[in-house]
Amino acid sequence: MYPLDWLEERSGLIGGLRYFLFRKVPADTNWFHTLGSATLTAFLVQLVTGVILAMYYTPDPKTAHQSIEHITHDVTLGWLVRGMHKWGASVFIILMFMHMGRVFLFGAYKYPRELNWIIGVLLLATGLFEGLTGYLLPYDQTAYWATVVAININGTAPFVGPYLASLLRGGAEIGPDVLARFYSLHMLLIPGALIGLITLHLYLVVRLGVTSPPWSDEAAGEGPPEPQTPARAGLVRPRARTAVRGRPTE
Amino acid sequence: MEDPRGDMDRHQPPPSLWPIGFAVGVVCLLVGLIVSWVAAAVGAAIAAIFGFLWARDVVAAGRHEQPTVPAETDGAPPSAPPLPAQEGGSAMPEPEPAERFPRSVFLEASTLGLGALIGAIVTLPVLGFAVLPSFLKQGSKDIDLGPVENFPEGQYVVATFMADAKQGEISRRSAFIRNNGTVEGKPSFTCISNRCVHLGCPVQPGGPVFDAKKKDVRSSGSGLVELIPALPAAGFICPCHGGAYDQEGNRTAGPPVRALNRFEFLIKDGHLILGTMYSVASVSGTGATARIHKYGLAGPGQHIDGPEAWLYPLQPPH
Repeated sequence: MYPLDWLEERSGLIGGLRYFLFRKVPADTNWFHTLGSATLTAFLVQLVTGVILAMYYTPDPKTAHQSIEHITHDVTLGWLVRGMHKWGASVFIILMFMHMGRVFLFGAYKYPRELNWIIGVLLLATGLFEGLTGYLLPYDQTAYWATVVAININGTAPFVGPYLASLLRGGAEIGPDVLARFYSLHMLLIPGALIGLITLHLYLVVRLGVTSPPWSDEAAGEGPPEPQTPARAGLVRPRARTAVRGRPTE
Repeated sequence: MEDPRGDMDRHQPPPSLWPIGFAVGVVCLLVGLIVSWVAAAVGAAIAAIFGFLWARDVVAAGRHEQPTVPAETDGAPPSAPPLPAQEGGSAMPEPEPAERFPRSVFLEASTLGLGALIGAIVTLPVLGFAVLPSFLKQGSKDIDLGPVENFPEGQYVVATFMADAKQGEISRRSAFIRNNGTVEGKPSFTCISNRCVHLGCPVQPGGPVFDAKKKDVRSSGSGLVELIPALPAAGFICPCHGGAYDQEGNRTAGPPVRALNRFEFLIKDGHLILGTMYSVASVSGTGATARIHKYGLAGPGQHIDGPEAWLYPLQPPH
């Protein structure tokens, strides 16, 4: 394919994509290992539907709820896109927890993957914050009072709580600016942070490889020996490097 | 000779106490931003000094790892007669490839330093714009609830008003007002805020609300004030999480940690005016003779008396 060769020669992107998609994983991975990709897919759905919803939504206290009604009742397939975004948010959070449970129960957070666990926890917190800021946007009674309660829960944190609450609501009381503030957080700042963290998360997944399940013979060192691949240098401690190159002695 | 500590330890910086001083400075700076500019300046100075000392230690530790340049072997001064400039080789010896010149160190440092400076100049105003409006220019306006005659003695009235008419409906608030008659010739009112002190939901009167007797009063600055008589025989009840209060606002059941907030009031030109809100630990007695344990305004869910109040030592400006 000439165009692909042209691109590959000038960027290496094709080879990179091929490496990412067809990299080696343990033979005994199973369906539980797909929860991470499922979470990523849910996030991408939120990203796409959110961008479309932003074309119709107005973050103004007087017209915000009207624009939501307009999206739901007037815009062609608006009910579908809004429904996907609303229910997809719950799917995203639930999948994050399931993925976290899989990583925990498989012991996949252990050396050398501790950093990726930490990034995952940050992703969970950021994702929950995304849910909090998104909940205000329909701007009905439920949204308003739920946000009041959520901000006041933050306010009860020791020492910093009162300041955190003031920072979230942009002052001593919820004013007209809070809606736009939450909208900006919801569609610019937090998604940006999520995309950055997900990039790091995926980079570490590719670099460190996928873990076998805990019942795997391979993982216990009893299965057939893994063929030596020189490309996995990052997995080896610097001092042990010479030992691995010969025969594993320990 | 191989280093017995192995490869891993070589990259560890030496133990240092400077970060602690740096952290103290940063804390002092952050607290100072809210408390006073002097404290902020002192904190910034401490942070800068300790940050510099810390960075100096780290950089010095990094320098030690540079491959040592072999010492010059011929220490003797050149003994040959001077040559004319156009003859002979260059006076400077060719640099060793691994040698680090002060010039490159200077360029590295100035590139990083300039980048950090530009970053700080751009970031600080933006950060201030994002954070400071939440804490500056706070404060509430007085609210005019209209003529005192609209508040019959001994009866609760639900007053609904705008805290700031410029902000529109979002600033709509409610208060439960009861005229207690006079004490020693001075008028007495009970003015309770309807915001639950658990998490801020609107509490409702526990008893009939006489919508048919609603009175609309147009007042200056508070938009349209609605006055609805009510008979909160069972006190006040929050629909969100079941907090319950008696008629004086004392907590009787549920999760709230104190009594309902109250407003200061004054009477001006025959009008009842609500002033600033304050928090109440508890109220003993009732009506005009009640003793109110009054504290500065605190957020919902925050203790204002007892040991738990130590968890909330500083309140942001209200």
